[in-house]
Amino acid sequence: MTAARAEVVAGGPGRFRSARRRASAGLFRRGWLRATLLLSAPAAWFVLIYLAALAILFVSAFWRVDAFTGEVVHQWNLDNFKTIAESPAYRTIALRTIGIAAAVTLTDALLAIPFAYFAARLAPRRLQTVLFVIVLVPLWTSYLVRVYAWRLILAHDGILNWTLHKLGFGGVDIAYSNWAMWVVFSYLWLPFMILPVWVAFERVPDSFLEASADLGARGWTTFRRVLLPLVLPGVVAGSIFTFSLTLGDFITPTLVGGAGSDFIGNVVYSSVGIANNVPFAAAFATIPLLVMGAYLLVARKVGAFEAL
Amino acid sequence: MRNSRNRGAPPAHPALARLTVGLVTLAMTAVVACGGGGSGGSTTSSLPTSVGRGEGQLNLIAWEGYTEPQWVKPFEQQTGCNVSAKYAGSSDEMVTLMRQGGGTQYDMVSASGDASLRLIKGGDVQPVNVALVPGWKDFIPQLQSPPHNTVDGKHYGVSLQWGPNTLLYNTRDVTPAPDSWATIYDPQFKGRITVPDNPIQIADAALYLSKTRPELGIRDPYELTQDQLTAAIDLLKSQRPLIKKYWALASDEIDLFKNGDAVVGASWPYQTITLQDSGAPVKDLIPREGATGWADTWMLSAHARHPNCAYKWMQWISTPRVQAEQAISFGETPANTKACPYMDRIQAGACTKYHANAPASYFASIRFWRTPTRDCGNGSQDCTDYTTWQQRWTEMKG
Amino acid sequence: MARVALRVWVALIVLFLLFPILLIALYAFNESNVQSWPLPGLSTKWFASTFHNEAMRQALWLSVRAALIATTIAIVLGSMAAFAVHRFRFFGRETVSFLLVLPLALPGIITGMALNSFFAWGTVDFSLTTIVIGHATFCIVTVYNNALARLRRTQTSLVEASMDLGADGWQTFRHVTLPMVATALVAGGLLAFALSFDEVIVTTFTAGAQNTLPLWIFGNIRLGQQLPQVNVVVLMVIVVTIVPVTLAQRLTRDTGVLRTGTGRGRADASTHAAVAAEPAP
Repeated sequence: MTAARAEVVAGGPGRFRSARRRASAGLFRRGWLRATLLLSAPAAWFVLIYLAALAILFVSAFWRVDAFTGEVVHQWNLDNFKTIAESPAYRTIALRTIGIAAAVTLTDALLAIPFAYFAARLAPRRLQTVLFVIVLVPLWTSYLVRVYAWRLILAHDGILNWTLHKLGFGGVDIAYSNWAMWVVFSYLWLPFMILPVWVAFERVPDSFLEASADLGARGWTTFRRVLLPLVLPGVVAGSIFTFSLTLGDFITPTLVGGAGSDFIGNVVYSSVGIANNVPFAAAFATIPLLVMGAYLLVARKVGAFEAL
Repeated sequence: MRNSRNRGAPPAHPALARLTVGLVTLAMTAVVACGGGGSGGSTTSSLPTSVGRGEGQLNLIAWEGYTEPQWVKPFEQQTGCNVSAKYAGSSDEMVTLMRQGGGTQYDMVSASGDASLRLIKGGDVQPVNVALVPGWKDFIPQLQSPPHNTVDGKHYGVSLQWGPNTLLYNTRDVTPAPDSWATIYDPQFKGRITVPDNPIQIADAALYLSKTRPELGIRDPYELTQDQLTAAIDLLKSQRPLIKKYWALASDEIDLFKNGDAVVGASWPYQTITLQDSGAPVKDLIPREGATGWADTWMLSAHARHPNCAYKWMQWISTPRVQAEQAISFGETPANTKACPYMDRIQAGACTKYHANAPASYFASIRFWRTPTRDCGNGSQDCTDYTTWQQRWTEMKG
Repeated sequence: MARVALRVWVALIVLFLLFPILLIALYAFNESNVQSWPLPGLSTKWFASTFHNEAMRQALWLSVRAALIATTIAIVLGSMAAFAVHRFRFFGRETVSFLLVLPLALPGIITGMALNSFFAWGTVDFSLTTIVIGHATFCIVTVYNNALARLRRTQTSLVEASMDLGADGWQTFRHVTLPMVATALVAGGLLAFALSFDEVIVTTFTAGAQNTLPLWIFGNIRLGQQLPQVNVVVLMVIVVTIVPVTLAQRLTRDTGVLRTGTGRGRADASTHAAVAAEPAP
């Protein structure tokens, strides 16, 4: 680098060129140097901003707020965690959040696998493009407004019940309930499951399937024994998103949840907003943090990071 | 959600860290090259005696619907103060927003009574000279120096609008017409009741208990001892299985009533008006136990960067015509008594409909939102504070 | 039989994905400002009032700027990280992948709260800058994943050949590497843009007095005085974005340099999906 700059000062374009070549050849050979240079900017961004921010937040979980002044007291203690562990309400909320996140993930995987299989391996080219756009359009449509549309569908006198009545069935009463949240979350995050699974199906070489067929496996057996294991990393990659997006949400529970539909996110949000109790919010937020941390470690084992 | 500055800051090397954040942000700002930025803050303790030139900008924290183009546009044209409004979902959010970034982000907030005292006690707002606001002298007397925004004779802002929390019901499904808050605790309407998702709702339960269970000795729904709070929470717990949804946004309740999910609930007049306009068969009333209510104040941040524009805003928003426009738009009652003829001009009969000419007894029948504190007014510190209310509310909902 | 069942399944999912969006489009023409079924009446009055809504225009413009800047940062930083991780083995490169994916994989409320504490601590004013910092942080990974996936499927021999033929590092980058990954960057960048454009949760914690489009929408939903305006805006956004989305899809599939697959569907896996993404509320 310095050599190159010296050349620039000293000489004309020709010499500059050769210097640049020498410098870049040197960089090419010294991989670590180039890697360090390339990595420095993104690494700085992540360490100085993101990790620092996370550290500040989670350190505060061990502090407490003075009840009288409302100020944070820098005094190490586990009171916040004790409150969370001892109150059945917080346990219920945490279990509800994790349970619904798991249900949504499972639902999306079941919905997405056949769809992605068809889209990646059976659909003609033109239809593929159409399907791809259909999967992507929801991502360009405001999340809030889509949730709002679902309220209209699921309401007591909404479209779903209207249709059921027209067809001669009785209505269902699932508006503003955990069922509604399950449906809406599954809808919201479905594209995030479909896309990685789709890619995973595309990556399977045709030769594998031919080999399987040659060995006498029937269509279903090939799908189950050959294809599914190969696309598993894609499913796990998608599940990271469906799971974590559900885990951290607080707006959908507010909009379509019922009387007992608070999520971890709602408690965290109100702890910061209402009580200005960041230490408690941070302590409660460690639950999704730990759950996601464990999830990511398992996902990495399965090779999901390659399929992201 | 937003925490105030210095909350959660580790003690070590703050200067270094701030420098880092500062540098990163500086670099970012160069990239972004966004305009704006204000002049220095003003934290003078003495009241201004005149309003200077506008600073060209005014940052507000407001209830949605309080900064409608109808009256913001003319204000901007007349004063050159460009209004940016941030909508808050709750009083609590307003308090947090006001403390954000050292309190310099926003100039004013349209705080309700359950937030205003917290802001005053927290030193987040500064006294204003009401003599500079011509409309103030025409306010109904109760709102010129109300306890929720005036402390020790200092006015921390000017009153704006007020209204009751009403009982809303579907006239087709709820017969005979209710006249008591007992309706929202009635198992007959299981799964079709909605109440606000707000800890201050505890006061509504306490108000009801003060009439139905006098042995509890509740005199003021915002001053509850531990036992009284527990009684209110128990009532709310018994109500919990009957609730369809705790509404968070006004539009939640509108949708719930419009689409048949709820037939009775606690409401604001705004929802009633909107629902009636859309043809829904609903009515509201103040039940015989009385009602809680809100009285909003435009308060001036202690660190406001645009104080002149803020004063101009207080002057503008207190004029009878703007008061009338806002009252009708939101369905509340103006503080300025001279708004009445303007209201009738916009909508015949509006003055009476929105109680702008109601007798003082009407005002007195409403228990206005206040921040519960430990101090019960009798010298002892045995009342429950708002943080406790919030925790009990969250735990009650589960 | 199974084929028929599969087709029905796919058709149902298409309906599931599209129906709410059709509904949004329909209710842009709602006469009333309250949503109910069936539609009480049709009207186009909301279109004019939306276009004249100054607050909406400002929010839209802010969102576009925030998304553009965040995407640019994401493309630069994300591709740098991808090149480094792809080209060179070094200690902790696994950690890089793990780290970059964190802002997407951790719930948005954690990222939002953390950044909020951080800015508050550094006494940084909330502004477009802080919004962009928040968005760029979780957008980097979409570009990174896309670029890395593409790099993994291209042959390093090409780069070596280029160097052997006398091209210097810059020339090789400019004429060989960049064309190879360009479409992947476009795909990743588009996704990053979409994520940033629709982000609500992190933005609530990092925005100051200014509203992005999703925050404007949330504000408008609260009272719902002009609810159909929200539908009008969303409908416009769909109409405007459907073209670039389709184009990008064609672009990244058909002109991908050095596609490895021979089979029809194999195309370029990463291209489309890059996937990863969090619209995150």
